[in-house]
Amino acid sequence: MSTISRDEVARVAALARIDLRTDEVDRLAGELDVIVESIARISEVATADVPATSHPLPLTNVFRDDVPEAPLPVEDVLAGAPQQENGRFAVPQILGEE
Amino acid sequence: MTAATTTGLVSYEDAVRRYDPVLGIEVHVELGTLTKMFCAAEVAYGGEPNTQVTPVSLGLPGALPVVNGKAVEYAIRIGLALNCTIAESCRFARKNYFYPDVPKNFQTSQYDEPIAYDGWIDVELDDGAVFRVEIERAHMEEDAGKNTHVGGATGRIQGAEYSLVDYNRAGIPLVEIVTRPIEGAGDRAPEVARAYVQTLRDLFRALDVSEARMERGNVRADVNLSLRPTPESPLGTRTETKNVNSFRSVERAVRYEVSRQAGVLDAGLPVIQETRHFHEEDGTTSSGRVKSDAEDYRYFPEPDLVPVAPSREWVEEIRAALPELPTARRRRLQGEWGYADAEMRDVVNAGAIDLIEATVAAGTSAAGARKWWMGELARRAKQDEVALEVLSVTPAQIAQLQGLVESGRINDKIARQVLDGTLAGEGDPEGVVVARGLEVVSDDGALLTAIDEALAAQPDIVEKVRGGNQGPVGAIIGAVMKATKGQADAKRVRELVLDRIGQ
Repeated sequence: MSTISRDEVARVAALARIDLRTDEVDRLAGELDVIVESIARISEVATADVPATSHPLPLTNVFRDDVPEAPLPVEDVLAGAPQQENGRFAVPQILGEE
Repeated sequence: MTAATTTGLVSYEDAVRRYDPVLGIEVHVELGTLTKMFCAAEVAYGGEPNTQVTPVSLGLPGALPVVNGKAVEYAIRIGLALNCTIAESCRFARKNYFYPDVPKNFQTSQYDEPIAYDGWIDVELDDGAVFRVEIERAHMEEDAGKNTHVGGATGRIQGAEYSLVDYNRAGIPLVEIVTRPIEGAGDRAPEVARAYVQTLRDLFRALDVSEARMERGNVRADVNLSLRPTPESPLGTRTETKNVNSFRSVERAVRYEVSRQAGVLDAGLPVIQETRHFHEEDGTTSSGRVKSDAEDYRYFPEPDLVPVAPSREWVEEIRAALPELPTARRRRLQGEWGYADAEMRDVVNAGAIDLIEATVAAGTSAAGARKWWMGELARRAKQDEVALEVLSVTPAQIAQLQGLVESGRINDKIARQVLDGTLAGEGDPEGVVVARGLEVVSDDGALLTAIDEALAAQPDIVEKVRGGNQGPVGAIIGAVMKATKGQADAKRVRELVLDRIGQ
């Protein structure tokens, strides 16, 4: 039984601004379904006495010294911006009229 | 328009007579690290847009954050100064929301495991009363970018055609400090709120973790307020007034919300749980977005950052290196300077502690330093509507000026002229005295010439004084002071005048 519908894939893709073709929507609906089912199986095994794992590696305190490094050149920063103005990202209207 | 905005305001005095206000304050402080929280982009105020940005601060795919160790140290410093417990281990979490100033679509924050929790801080009010504020938590997170709204009349988000985003600020380390409900402030709630934020600002500076400049938004407060009929009643519904960025605004925002919510409750309506915006121009707040408890940021542990587990040794090292905190310092300095409580409070409220301390360090008596900073200089600062510290005179110059007075080279009146010169950029007081020729005339010869002229001009007074009435002698002294442009030592003039008249 499929838990992820084509419509859901298309909707999420639209929200994430990812342009998917029809055949890609079909394929991803199937693949995401497999992922969701796999996670569901893990959930069956993970009972209350199994602590949740947030990090697979037993590491703590990975720190960086407070030393500046060269930033990304501003041209590169804005390279992926659909629109820009005066060195800033231009984004569509955030709120409509009050 | 919501129903709440159409109800009237109740006068503040009336509102607090009939309702008990409860505060909750969230303060964000931008840490003064050289680089961002999770990447090595340099942090410098006022840079060109998007010039302090790395793939991490942009949230580009594949970019991996690494924690700034200095920021963790600063957070621990703040936690310790707030008498908090420092977590043995804590994690970062993703707070998911969609807004253009958060390029990753989540803010890296802490959720159920803050680095510091369960603390308190004593807040001193204007009259010296001390109010204890309990701290629920202090956690680490990152700042967002800055939106500029274009189009529309006001530059505000409403009515804007589009917005421009600068990510320089995105990723600057923040510590957010959250109080427990602040109860029992009663009618002093606005003052408690203001004094609390002020106390934190002073603390951040003393701890050297932030420049803590309010006008640059280094310290920002969100003020929660609710009303209930009596202190025994359950907590009422609260509103959260966001980003109140000056001490005075904190006080005004609380006052306004007390009056507004009392109006809503008096009308038999429920207070709506929502965020509100404060308006500097008229001291009012207006409705922002409605906030429900169901608000879902889908927090989950940040998989790209491993837990922070500060060793107890490190925490104790940081504790041992904590500087003297503002309250202890005030107490120590008051003892050293011998100021009365009220005098000390005035000094604190005038922001003159550092200035007086530096002036005393430059060799002036505590009384002398206070005389200048709380007297003539305070008057001038008030006149120009500026803070004392921005007057263009240094504590060392004030020490020199007071030294000139104490050594008798100038008198108090002339000293004010010397101060004029220094403030006008004519240099150190010593130089001004010489350049303007303001040194006290102590050469008896010069004084006697002026005295003889004055005596000759007012023979009637000479008669009276000779007759045993010393009262009118002031007129002669006044004439001599005038003739010497105020530069004579009045005491010496008196001696010479009486001597001359033969008394």
